[in-house]
Amino acid sequence: MKKAENQNRHIYWNPYFGGFLLGLLILFTFYITGRGLGASGALKSSVVTVVNQVSPEHSETNAYYSKFLKDSNSPMNNWLVFEALGVILGAFLSGALTGRIQWQTQHSPKITARRRLVFALIGGLLFGFGAQIARGCTSGAALSGISMMATAGFISMLTIFGTGYLVAYFFRKNWI
Amino acid sequence: MGPLIPNEIIPVEWNFVLAILIGMAFGYIMEASGFSSSRKLVGVFYGYDFAVLKVFLTACLVSLIGLSYMNYLNWVDLDQLFVQPTYLWAALIGGVIMGVGFLAGGFCPGTSLCAVGIGKIDGIAFTIGLFIGIMIFSELFEWIEPIYEDYNLGHVTLDETIGISREIIIFVFTILAILAFAVSDRIRKRTKKIFY
Repeated sequence: MKKAENQNRHIYWNPYFGGFLLGLLILFTFYITGRGLGASGALKSSVVTVVNQVSPEHSETNAYYSKFLKDSNSPMNNWLVFEALGVILGAFLSGALTGRIQWQTQHSPKITARRRLVFALIGGLLFGFGAQIARGCTSGAALSGISMMATAGFISMLTIFGTGYLVAYFFRKNWI
Repeated sequence: MGPLIPNEIIPVEWNFVLAILIGMAFGYIMEASGFSSSRKLVGVFYGYDFAVLKVFLTACLVSLIGLSYMNYLNWVDLDQLFVQPTYLWAALIGGVIMGVGFLAGGFCPGTSLCAVGIGKIDGIAFTIGLFIGIMIFSELFEWIEPIYEDYNLGHVTLDETIGISREIIIFVFTILAILAFAVSDRIRKRTKKIFY
């Protein structure tokens, strides 16, 4: 046991404590803004803004981008974008206070850093795609959805984690 | 009373300040719980670390029970809060794709932003992947739209969908969560330890 503690360098919060605080934060967010937390929405706003900067003709004719381009109001001027910037800042703060900030690629010793990065990119691509179809990711659709008892929230949670267990076998080399 | 900003008890100008502060608290809690580490996150699928399950379900319970109490005490009007619409096929297909993405990439969008915050290069790669995925979705939207818009059940909640009262659902969900906590501890004891 002593050895286990020595090898796991990172000491994190008790998960029940973290979950309790996260629950209180969701309550606070609903109480103040009437909506829950989210993450993928901010990334979508960023994509819409970038595409609109590069090629306004394209973003206006595309059926999906144009949904989020309300005349003078920039999609970056969006609650979730500020929230997402806060997430990065908050994580930086927590990492700074515990000495966890470091440029590194975390991967299983059985695979190379390159393989890890390729899979991270593919995983991000799939997650970004899936979150658009499902209208939200683990935080926006599942966590905030379940808080409000939205049927979609329960479906999202069950399908994301259920599929995870079904495919875990095929990705085992990357992790264990 | 609540929600405060939609009811103009707090002026709208505070919206973005609060957004950054709420985001910071969100990021701080996730990072401190270990969600900036992909190997900790996927532990839930291999049985060596159940932090995701415990944090996620505890947060769900606190917010589910808490919102019901706040509604009961008239602190907040549940009808004014946002319930996302349920598009059955879109939610199922999107969830399956996200599940595969989770195992391949080791993060979800919120946790990858956390990882970016502490300098994880795999978190940056995942976030770049998210941008590309969203662009591909937008470009293919005309083909995806029929699935995206199909089978819209509206802004429904689970008690309306399955016809069981809210209180009973919360009670059953609580029991199931406690069972999951107990079972996960047993599984973890039997699983080979992984160090990361």
